[in-house]
Amino acid sequence: MHSWVQRLLTTATTAALLLLAACCAASALDAFHVPSVQAQAHVTKINRFHKQLNGNDKVTLTFNLSANLESLFTWSTKQVFVFLTAEYENSKNSLNQVSLWDHIIPDKDKANLQVEVKSKYPLIDQGSSLRGKKVQLVLHWHVMPKAGVMIRDRMALSEFNLPDSYTS
Amino acid sequence: MGFIGDTVESIRSIQIRQVLAQIISLGMIVTSALIIWKGLMVATGSESPVVVVLSGSMEPGFKRGDILFLHMSKDPIRTGEIVVFNIDGREIPIVHRVIKVHEREESAEVDILTKGDNNFGDDRLLYAHGQLWLHQHHIMGRAVGFLPYVGWVTIIMTEKPFIKYLLIGALGLLVITSKE
Repeated sequence: MHSWVQRLLTTATTAALLLLAACCAASALDAFHVPSVQAQAHVTKINRFHKQLNGNDKVTLTFNLSANLESLFTWSTKQVFVFLTAEYENSKNSLNQVSLWDHIIPDKDKANLQVEVKSKYPLIDQGSSLRGKKVQLVLHWHVMPKAGVMIRDRMALSEFNLPDSYTS
Repeated sequence: MGFIGDTVESIRSIQIRQVLAQIISLGMIVTSALIIWKGLMVATGSESPVVVVLSGSMEPGFKRGDILFLHMSKDPIRTGEIVVFNIDGREIPIVHRVIKVHEREESAEVDILTKGDNNFGDDRLLYAHGQLWLHQHHIMGRAVGFLPYVGWVTIIMTEKPFIKYLLIGALGLLVITSKE
């Protein structure tokens, strides 16, 4: 009674529904996964601190970071995008979040990080409020699955004070 | 002969009531697709709840042909989120990651800077001439989930319209000839 077109359509529909269900189930399982991230970061050197011609403060710095992100990985994780931000308040803005460094971790074997690096992006203020400013280092991660819902979280690490005067 | 003959035969034997019933069922299919799309728009608060990734600027996270599900909640934009934004004078929205946020205290206005994971520099070169920051009204939504490969269907159909008409024709024939 059934033509081959009907059979093909039914097969395709069932396959699509099953894939969708598997994808939802994977995301639901990930929601119950509780990772335990351990991380530390400290600024080791302020390389250059000056005011740009347009009046904005600019800092380049070196920091060390040790972070164990292995527990973020589950069987459906494609990659983890990890990054470090500097966060502070000033009179103009109630929140300033500036990315200093980021890194893509493709699998669990590479998720134990021990690095000492220069900031990949300079810390540039909107204005010149950075002299003597207390800045918080925050580690963020973004877990991207092979398919389904993405997960984001953060962990405040350490604070540091910028010098009271420019270096050059 | 079998399939084509059957098809011709079934078109010839169509009755007026059957034709009406099929027009109605076709209408049901079109309207339910519209209901699902508009329902998604309301549920996600984004004017386009699903977008297709067209470039490799976010590789290896997103590849060309992946689809992203967007959500536009009241929560403020923060660094690390992947947002879809429109630039004045550009037709195609861009999907990139937020790397800087500056938020005013009293007005909660935000200045946002984005960058593609796979690009070397930030997005200021992509923004309108002289534009340094994105603001809330540029943002169409933030990506909350994704499915690989599904977007290839729309990429192929926009790049090869011939296949689109073939598909629409085949589906139309199927609706006309089905007897249920």
